[in-house]
Amino acid sequence: MKSSRRRFLKIAGISALGLGTKPVLDVMASSGEMAAPKTTKGENALVAQRWGMIIDTRKLQSEEDLEPMIEICDKIHNVPKFENKNHEVKWLWEEEFKHVFPMQEQDFLGYRLKHMSFLTLCNHCEKAPCVRVCPTKATFKREDGIVLMDFHRCIGCRFCMAACPYGSRSFNFRDPRPFIKETNPDFPTRTKGVVEKCNFCAERLAVGKIPACVEVSKGALTFGDLDDPESEVRKVLRNNYTIRRKPALGTGPSVFYIV
Amino acid sequence: MPNNKKMYDKGKVVAGLCIFVVLITFPFWFNLGKAAPVPEPKLSDKAKAAKECVMPKAYMKAEHMQILNEWRDTVVRDAKRIYTNPSGKKFNMSLSNTCLDCHTEKAEFCDACHNYASVTPYCWDCHIDPKEAK
Repeated sequence: MKSSRRRFLKIAGISALGLGTKPVLDVMASSGEMAAPKTTKGENALVAQRWGMIIDTRKLQSEEDLEPMIEICDKIHNVPKFENKNHEVKWLWEEEFKHVFPMQEQDFLGYRLKHMSFLTLCNHCEKAPCVRVCPTKATFKREDGIVLMDFHRCIGCRFCMAACPYGSRSFNFRDPRPFIKETNPDFPTRTKGVVEKCNFCAERLAVGKIPACVEVSKGALTFGDLDDPESEVRKVLRNNYTIRRKPALGTGPSVFYIV
Repeated sequence: MPNNKKMYDKGKVVAGLCIFVVLITFPFWFNLGKAAPVPEPKLSDKAKAAKECVMPKAYMKAEHMQILNEWRDTVVRDAKRIYTNPSGKKFNMSLSNTCLDCHTEKAEFCDACHNYASVTPYCWDCHIDPKEAK
């Protein structure tokens, strides 16, 4: 073939292009080599379709029975103790019958029910109103039914507090840190201007432990998967008459009471 | 033609200009040579012994905030708490319990650079430095 200047330039140009792509291909090849980091659940993590709890009030007669549960909850979650009732922060607390079950009061309510303290906490509702109203999606429903808060996203608008019919949410009107007796370094505190509530011990479920209140309840609380017909909670629900708080509102609480 | 290039009050104007220039540049020459040295974050003994962080050093230097954001979202939103890095090592995604477990000196490690760069991450409003808690 006759070699001409034109032909030489063509071949030179194509070769230059070929050499030029090599570094690009090298970079692409090397980025594929380094395995991407993976994120997974812990091996022991407890999983469920819908976590639920049953509170057997027959086994929780006096305030002394409730105290260890509230105490352990406050301690591991760094819940502050404010003197001022208006600033109170509640995760797990006690309440009387008329406040726990309004509209479910009967005439001539038994002495025991009328005067005992009931354990109250976030109900982790199936159709949680707090999740609906949150403008930043800081409160959200997890796949396992837990209504959880992302404190990083909370702007402190308190819509959720207005929406929650159970008073399960508390606002930090001031910096909670000085009001925490003993700080648990394994769990973060909150900051001024965010709302907080019970998280069904999501941090404990992740490492294979049941919620702390259930652990110290001596059998008064049952915790498990409401969607699993063979679970302990479903067994207890089958064998007992249970009520839930404010059922007419249609929030579908996941906390049941045996009264 | 009259000479219209004549400058009135030449002495005063030039003197005034000189004073003006000196005043306006005052912060620059006054602070000359006094710039704070770039801090070198001090590694704790435990971090030194571990040799490698979650990701290579250069990556951590530049991208640790992105990693922390990813960790935050996967832990809170997806309930996934275990991080497997490219070399297969597993970590619990926790600022207080994993990062600060190795980088025990928050003041000399985190704060040294953050103060220099004048960034104030609000991590510590909630997350606890285990040392301070004691």
